[in-house]
Amino acid sequence: MISIILLAGFGIINLFAGFLKSNRMLLPLAILFLTIVFGVNLFSWNDPQSYFNNMLTIDNYAVGFTGVMVLSTLLILPFSQRYVADQDENLAEYYSLLLFAVMGAIMMVSFENMIMLFLGIEILSISMYILAGTDKQRPRSNEAALKYFLMGSFFTGFLLFGIVLIYGATGSFDITTIAGTTIGPDGIENTMFVMGLLLIVIGISFKISAAPFHFWTPDVYEGTPTLFTAFMSTVVKVAGVAAFYKLMDAAFASSYSTWFPTLIAITVLTLVVGNIGAAVQGSVKRMLAYSSISHAGYLLMALIAFNERSESAIFFYSLAYSVATIAAFGVLKLVTVQRNDESFATFNGLGQTNPLLAFVMTVSMCSLAGIPLTAGFFGKFFVFTSVVEDNSLIWLVVVAVLLAAVGIYYYFKVVIAMYMHPAGNYERVRVTSLASFVLIFVAVLTILLGIAPALVSDLI
Amino acid sequence: MMTALLLFWPALAALLVLLVKGQGAKRVAFIAALVEFAIALFAATTFVVAKTAPQFELSVPWVERAGISFSIGMDGISLLMVLLTTFLVPLIVLSSFKHDYKKPNAFYALILFMQTGLIGVFVAQDAFLFYFFWEVALIPVYFISAIWGGARRVAVTFKFFVYTIFGSFFMLAAFIYLYFQTPATGIAPHSSDINAFYQLALDTNTQSWIFWFLFLAFAIKMPVFPFHTWQPDTYTEAPAQATMLLSGIMLKMGIYGVLRWLLPVVPSGASQWLDVVLVLSIIGIIYASVIAIRQRDLKRLIAYSSIAHVGLISAGIFSLTEQGLQGGVIQMLSHGINVVGLFFIIDIIFSRTKTREILSLGGITQTTPALSICFMILMLGSVALPLTNGFVGEFLLLSGVFQYNYVFGAVAGITIILGAVYMLRMFQGVMFGTRSPETEVFADLTFNEKAVLIPLVIMVFWIGLFPSTFLDISEPAVFNLLNIIQKR
Repeated sequence: MISIILLAGFGIINLFAGFLKSNRMLLPLAILFLTIVFGVNLFSWNDPQSYFNNMLTIDNYAVGFTGVMVLSTLLILPFSQRYVADQDENLAEYYSLLLFAVMGAIMMVSFENMIMLFLGIEILSISMYILAGTDKQRPRSNEAALKYFLMGSFFTGFLLFGIVLIYGATGSFDITTIAGTTIGPDGIENTMFVMGLLLIVIGISFKISAAPFHFWTPDVYEGTPTLFTAFMSTVVKVAGVAAFYKLMDAAFASSYSTWFPTLIAITVLTLVVGNIGAAVQGSVKRMLAYSSISHAGYLLMALIAFNERSESAIFFYSLAYSVATIAAFGVLKLVTVQRNDESFATFNGLGQTNPLLAFVMTVSMCSLAGIPLTAGFFGKFFVFTSVVEDNSLIWLVVVAVLLAAVGIYYYFKVVIAMYMHPAGNYERVRVTSLASFVLIFVAVLTILLGIAPALVSDLI
Repeated sequence: MMTALLLFWPALAALLVLLVKGQGAKRVAFIAALVEFAIALFAATTFVVAKTAPQFELSVPWVERAGISFSIGMDGISLLMVLLTTFLVPLIVLSSFKHDYKKPNAFYALILFMQTGLIGVFVAQDAFLFYFFWEVALIPVYFISAIWGGARRVAVTFKFFVYTIFGSFFMLAAFIYLYFQTPATGIAPHSSDINAFYQLALDTNTQSWIFWFLFLAFAIKMPVFPFHTWQPDTYTEAPAQATMLLSGIMLKMGIYGVLRWLLPVVPSGASQWLDVVLVLSIIGIIYASVIAIRQRDLKRLIAYSSIAHVGLISAGIFSLTEQGLQGGVIQMLSHGINVVGLFFIIDIIFSRTKTREILSLGGITQTTPALSICFMILMLGSVALPLTNGFVGEFLLLSGVFQYNYVFGAVAGITIILGAVYMLRMFQGVMFGTRSPETEVFADLTFNEKAVLIPLVIMVFWIGLFPSTFLDISEPAVFNLLNIIQKR
């Protein structure tokens, strides 16, 4: 609770800090604010509280996911350092919008009422619409912002309709009350309720870019400045999946058989589209966009398994995925800023020119591909175990396993470029010391979680 | 504790080697590998042969709530595999001394790091730990082959990597399924301990598909026909040291996996498919031998001969007889020794003449008595001449296959003839005959090269003359496995 209030306040302070002469203070300020929020958030561990007449609940689930999202933002921010040199008088606004977006994300994982869920999603999304267009001189960035905004608003409409229909059917926005009244007096689910549920599923599927509602993802990810793409594919996605699971678990658990067929179709389609799509991309950034779709698929697998392991699997996977994705986008940003190209060939010879960047990128790719010794392996492992527990879903694991092998193909294209192709004319990429520190931290964290997953997996 | 030391010392040494600048890295790596061998020898002297249970055990919780533990230990089969690994790695490192690889610290660190993975596979007593090390062993050798390999290395090693990972994902899926069939232990709902897997009572249909999931992973690694297509290219393109690691040690992971994690876990699934696997193995023997006869490139020839040998090991093991299993274990050792020696000799020839084509070689014997003798002994070991190591293994394996089925045994027996054909043909073409321009000047073995080949040659005779040294170590463990297989 305090973290939400703090973030709102800090966002405004950051906005006013824009009036200062120098931009230099903005980044340290934002990092300081987020560190405070991260620390304050931890105080609510094992101390579940409900606020505002049960509008929000800060339980361990909320604290855990808040931790992951705030940490992700903290790790993304240092890569913005180059902005200070070559951009732009609106820097303060960007940082504020990021802080507001995190606030929205926290509301999405701690809602107890559909209104709060909707508010959280909107606070997050509107910030992101703006951030997608911050590279004002580039048409692609403008295109991304417009596309994201139009599509996003359209699907927010679905979500809102869904919420309204659910309200009509059950007479409440409160998720525990909804859970108690999913079945009508005649003993069957009423059509309005089913329609509402379906619309909500579609609305949230769009937000986490699950197929077939994913088509905006590659274009938007590609056009958005890399820094904010990293934010989109980590914080936004994690918030979306966490909210999705919480909603299904708390409000619609008894309608499992109603939403299960829809969601399983979405999951399989997401896995296929994400992995196959990523395999045929020529640009690393688009590949990462499709890969983020595929990871939404793996996260959804844990959701549809819907047993006592799902929660912990989603949590671990979110953390592993976020950390690896930040490393990938971080390296991508550093490399592309200097080499001005987003194809796989940009990474040629990075193993010679920048051993550190290449190593971190390799760890990140291995983690995303789910290879042991990295956190991503245990992410996939926990997801698959949660699915296999239900014997009837083994085929889904087989499908996922086959597609994970495809995943290795496209992730290793980057590794091959870095180590096995000569650097040619490319020079050493300059890296700020703060960015190197973050990259080392991220790589160590990935390997640490790959060796000792129990550090995190037993938390939730 | 001993096993843990064996497991972590190479990884630690790998970090150390990373810090060494320049070509000094190879010496540090060599010493580290020797120390590892000394530890393994010490473990072997304190090993109690008569015991069937794993020794030097260590078990600490890893993901406690899920019942996954970091549990390691060695029985006779594991010990022999660990000895083979620790014996070969220093020789492989030493064999590279004449090359000055770029970035030597990374090269040698990867070799040592791979050793940790290999040893982990052989000592793991927990299914997920086994899988973990299985992949840990793969990643370093992929990088070694892909960075320091030949011209077509990138595409070839990539195929190898994706192919083997593809197989091992199936193994993971099968392990996860099996894990959920185990009963609760303590606070954990399930257990992935090997003994929990051994006690599972699954119906035959389930065992049947799990068999294929696991077999796919192991068969790709070995490789068994028709999953072998990655192997000749990879062996040819990889640098000599990676080829030695792959053929000498890594393919034993697949065979070891069959022994430890396939047959005792799903025996009735396996017994349903024994015929199919034996037929595949025997096709592999004949097919690879025939192709080997036609090869002109030395490395490819040995690569195909390796497929033939592994086919026989697989056929022997799947005969599920004591002779077959014992022969499989001893042949793993022999094959590791012979194939490493042969690949090293090819590397010697290649580094002096810059060619591996049989047709452009010839007449090397005239100036190289030491090389010729070593080459001949290793070659004859590979052909399975009596008194050499290959004979013991092939004899036991074939007698295992004969007990299973006479026809299979007879067909598999052709391998001895075909093996002699391609090996002798190769030896003749390379060593005898008239000198070619490439072999006009050919120096005999250097001190370092002798230091690699002489231990290998000694082992050829040791296993050939006194196989009981090794058979006795594995016997209780093999009996134990057969007991488990037959009881269920």
